[in-house]
Amino acid sequence: MAAVTETIEAVQAVNDGGYKWGFETDIEMDFAPKGLNEDIVRFISAKKKEPAWLLEWRLKAYRHWLTMEVPHWAAVSHPPIDFQDAFYYAAPKQGPKSLDEVDPELLKTYAKLGIPLKEQAILAGVEGAGDSPSEGGRMPIAVDAVFDSVSVATSYKERLAKDGIVFCAISEAVQTHPELVQQYLGSVVPQGDNFYAALNSAVFTDGSFVYIPKGVKCPMELSTYFRINAKSTGQFERTLIIADEGSTVSYLEGCTAPMRDENQLHAAVVELVALDDASIKYSTVQNWYPGDAEGKGGIYNFVTKRAACRGKRSKVSWTQVETGSAITWKYPSCLLIGDDSVGEFYSVAITNNRQQADTGTKMFHIGQRTRSTIVSKGISAGHGQNTYRGLVKISPKASGARNFTQCDSLLIGDQCGAHTVPYIENRCMTAKVEHEATTSRIAEDQLFYCRSRGLSQEDAVGMIVNGFCREVLKELPMEFAVEAQKLLQISLEGSVG
Amino acid sequence: MLKIENLHATVDGKQILNGLNLTIPSGEIHAIMGPNGSGKSTLSYVLAGREGYEVTEGSVTFGDLDLLAMEPEERAVAGVFLAFQAPVELPGVGNANFLRTALNAVRRAKGEAEIDAIQFLKLARARMKVLNMPDDMLKRPVNVGFSGGEKKRNEMLQMALLTPKLALLDETDSGLDIDALKLVSDTVNALRGPDFSALVITHYQRLLNHIVPDRVHVLSAGRIVKSGGPELAQELEVSGYGAIQASAA
Ligand SMILES: Nc1ncnc2c1ncn2[C@@H]1O[C@H](COP(=O)(O)OP(=O)(O)O)[C@@H](O)[C@H]1O
Ligand SMILES: [Mg+2]
Repeated sequence: MAAVTETIEAVQAVNDGGYKWGFETDIEMDFAPKGLNEDIVRFISAKKKEPAWLLEWRLKAYRHWLTMEVPHWAAVSHPPIDFQDAFYYAAPKQGPKSLDEVDPELLKTYAKLGIPLKEQAILAGVEGAGDSPSEGGRMPIAVDAVFDSVSVATSYKERLAKDGIVFCAISEAVQTHPELVQQYLGSVVPQGDNFYAALNSAVFTDGSFVYIPKGVKCPMELSTYFRINAKSTGQFERTLIIADEGSTVSYLEGCTAPMRDENQLHAAVVELVALDDASIKYSTVQNWYPGDAEGKGGIYNFVTKRAACRGKRSKVSWTQVETGSAITWKYPSCLLIGDDSVGEFYSVAITNNRQQADTGTKMFHIGQRTRSTIVSKGISAGHGQNTYRGLVKISPKASGARNFTQCDSLLIGDQCGAHTVPYIENRCMTAKVEHEATTSRIAEDQLFYCRSRGLSQEDAVGMIVNGFCREVLKELPMEFAVEAQKLLQISLEGSVG
Repeated sequence: MLKIENLHATVDGKQILNGLNLTIPSGEIHAIMGPNGSGKSTLSYVLAGREGYEVTEGSVTFGDLDLLAMEPEERAVAGVFLAFQAPVELPGVGNANFLRTALNAVRRAKGEAEIDAIQFLKLARARMKVLNMPDDMLKRPVNVGFSGGEKKRNEMLQMALLTPKLALLDETDSGLDIDALKLVSDTVNALRGPDFSALVITHYQRLLNHIVPDRVHVLSAGRIVKSGGPELAQELEVSGYGAIQASAA
């Protein structure tokens, strides 16, 4: 039964407005037995035909995880998670080898989500004509599509390979570029870094791998699109991006999941490595199912993202728009090791209804004259709780380091909350750290002004919120900025009036 | 035609409008003058539908529409435009984006096609030239960092683009120099026609030299206490509100 039959409920849910990505794809799946133990770890590793070192690496992580406790310092609350009551591996049965072989049902799923998996026809023509894929108006985007536990397709691989760029599923990279994977995996986020990172290291299934060779400017946006589909399944993806000396890359990830009244766990680890003069721009538009208005269901998004700016003058810029998930727990961080390296964090986090977000960043200034910028915009509506948690740590050797932090909170209604928890540890006399924070409400006069010009209440809120987030949204690649603006508005539907 | 009958309104439980009657036939421009605190802005907010301005008695019809039953945005797309006494700042919201969104809301309501960004820029630039506004005011966030005069001109730009059927100008002339005053007047006069009417709230006769009103009304303590032709404004300029308030009491 390989045909897609969307359940009637799913279609209704889509038409209900609200979360428009909540449908479910009916496709034949391979599951590991429910629960978690060493055999499951071995099962996953065997499924992926992994070399012995990686299995050992996973088992070590697993054993370490057993000794750890669920973190409870974040300002979020949820019933205890039963880690034995989930599937740790779920993959469509038919594992495709190339884009042409992808199950048409999966293609349809991604098309419905607005994700172009098919390489655009124009590219063939453009490839012959020259090196600018942006001709014909729209810049093509290379996509790696991760469906539950596996990558189902990666587009533009051949085009990218021409420049020596590796863009593929991490499970594939383990086979094709084992030396790179072995060198860098866990080098930024060690296996035992935290509870969820250890869990991920034990059971990670897929995610993207990117390697940009020396001096190469990646000619197109790279993106990974994560989709949780199967019931009672956790998604544990692992992404590793390495930008070699003097290279540049812009990468975007997007994510959605069906509407279910159970909570599903998404515990990812993302590691970025930037060598001398390399620059990585990493953007996230996170739109996991947030649960319903009463707080039933939704994704627990517990993610560890960290970048090592190892090279001199290297730069990593995190931009995130977090609109989904029941709970978001996420602190994309930068280790600014190379002298004159730069870390940036631009974030918009929205919590509506019963959503909770505890998010922020950590900037570790280690090299001299390292600089970091943090701009965080938190929007709370309904009963949403939004916490900015940040750490700026400046080591004694980081002379001339600079940090600027700006945290703005916007409240819609009087049932929600915004919290700012900035930690600053400055051990260097010549470093300079600045912090600004504001909390405001959407003013009645602003709403009335917009409405008196013909904007509906919801459009007015959308416009004011987008204005509030402008500094962050302008950091997103053009293609996604428009998408993100729409998302912000949709996530706030029903938050006023 | 705008028809206000026996309008009573409260703000925060305080009675501000006390049985106000006023009719503005299509094609006419009426001026309202009156001392500070007499309820002029309150009247404009009630007509535009601001929350918190509670109508306790009376009715307002605009053409065959029951204005008081409509949401502010419904009134706006039906052709009611309020030029604010104190235009509101919208941080981060680009003026062009705001104006185009507003214009498209109005166009949709009229069953017209939406205007794209390029067409819009052309249209807006032409209007801005007339209002002597620099192009970069389209890029800046709505009213943020605008001078008083720039804010008022921005209101006039919106009015010129939205081409309302009923314009309510709340002290648009206050704080403007003579040149800007002339630009405001020209913008209003350009809209004049059989389907356009306006209520011009002002303290100064000089605006009414440029926008010559059909009728002038004096508002005091929440009701119209005297009405007349344009010459009434000149009388007030000489004798002030005192005499009228005394005789009305
Ligand atoms: N929010 C409010 N709460 C209480 N009183 C108000 C409020 N807004 C206006 N008023 C009062 O209503 C009266 C009329 O105000 P307004 O309509 O602004 O007068 P005008 O525009 O004629 O100067 C004033 O006495 C003013 O203080
Ligand atoms: Mg006033």
